[in-house]
Amino acid sequence: MSTSGPRILVIVPAWNEEESVGATVREITAANPGIEVLVVDDGSVDRTAERAENAGALVCRLPFNLGVGGAMRAGYRYALRHGYGVTVQIDADGQHDPAYLTEMVAALDHSDIVIGARFARDGDPYRVRGPRRWAMVLLAAVLSRIAGTRLTDVTSGYRVANRRATMIFAMHYPAEYLGDTVESLVIAIRSGCKVAQLPVDMRPRAAGQASASPVRAVIYLSRAVVALGLALVRRWPATYDEGVEHQPQVVGAGVDAS
Amino acid sequence: MTSATVLGVLGALVVMVTLFEMLRRRRLREKYALLWFLIAVTALLAAVVPGLLLAITDLLGIALPLNLALFVGILVLFLMTLQHSSDLGRLEERSRTLAEEVAVLRLEVEQRRKEQQAERDAPAEDE
Repeated sequence: MSTSGPRILVIVPAWNEEESVGATVREITAANPGIEVLVVDDGSVDRTAERAENAGALVCRLPFNLGVGGAMRAGYRYALRHGYGVTVQIDADGQHDPAYLTEMVAALDHSDIVIGARFARDGDPYRVRGPRRWAMVLLAAVLSRIAGTRLTDVTSGYRVANRRATMIFAMHYPAEYLGDTVESLVIAIRSGCKVAQLPVDMRPRAAGQASASPVRAVIYLSRAVVALGLALVRRWPATYDEGVEHQPQVVGAGVDAS
Repeated sequence: MTSATVLGVLGALVVMVTLFEMLRRRRLREKYALLWFLIAVTALLAAVVPGLLLAITDLLGIALPLNLALFVGILVLFLMTLQHSSDLGRLEERSRTLAEEVAVLRLEVEQRRKEQQAERDAPAEDE
């Protein structure tokens, strides 16, 4: 338990990350004593869940692979039911340095969602080129505009949300690839959430490789454009969300999304 | 009766009997059955009253009745496939929601079991 302020839950979506998940969980708890970590095992076929449990995390096992969106929504629902005031998303591959966490949570004083962003300052060591870069620039430009603030890295999987944003995500977190980051931000902004970013340095992945072939980069760009376009023209809340019961309001909870 | 009429009537009857049998065995939901039944009735009507198709073709200014029949047939199949895609998407979304719920509930059950285990063990150690 943290000594003061709201309880914080770190949600780590993990799919076949047995190499890195243990180290990631240990690093998070070492950097932030008293914080609770929930690893959502997204239908892994390796020992991801076991490694995470041994590292001291709570583990939520999805019966089959749903993608980051499904894993995150399960995490957000757990957080909501168990009264956590702040949720954090951190990737299992070790890209995100948990040392920034305190600073990001502190930034929630002025906003509902804080993104740990690359490209936010000069001399950032993280470089992306080609169509993938264009996609990121385009997404960042459009989302900055609708959010009314400068956002440089909207596809970042490193973000912090307060209870109000968590409630919206627990109900409307999209499942589609790229939808999970881009569309979820659009939903949050449309629902009246304030989004801010904090510059962070990201590390190379601890295990595995991000796909970088030109063909894949072009596919990424087109999917980004489609995801963004759809997110902008869709009506919210989405009609697919039947079956999600309205969460009981806990004392101190934010405004309902609808 | 021309052979075309016989074929049309036979085809429509086969569809209707199949529909009835599938409904009887609960292999088909009513909402889909109704749709297929309407299609079968239309086919039957077109077969029994050939003048009907001809009249509509003339009315619309289409050269061949066959063109109209094929156009309508393709349109209906297209719309039904679209409907099925939409149903499939909704089912996927539902199974996704259920999977998430199951995962969260499983974690909660495990936590509860550990708590109870700890409660049972605690007094034993004190005494």
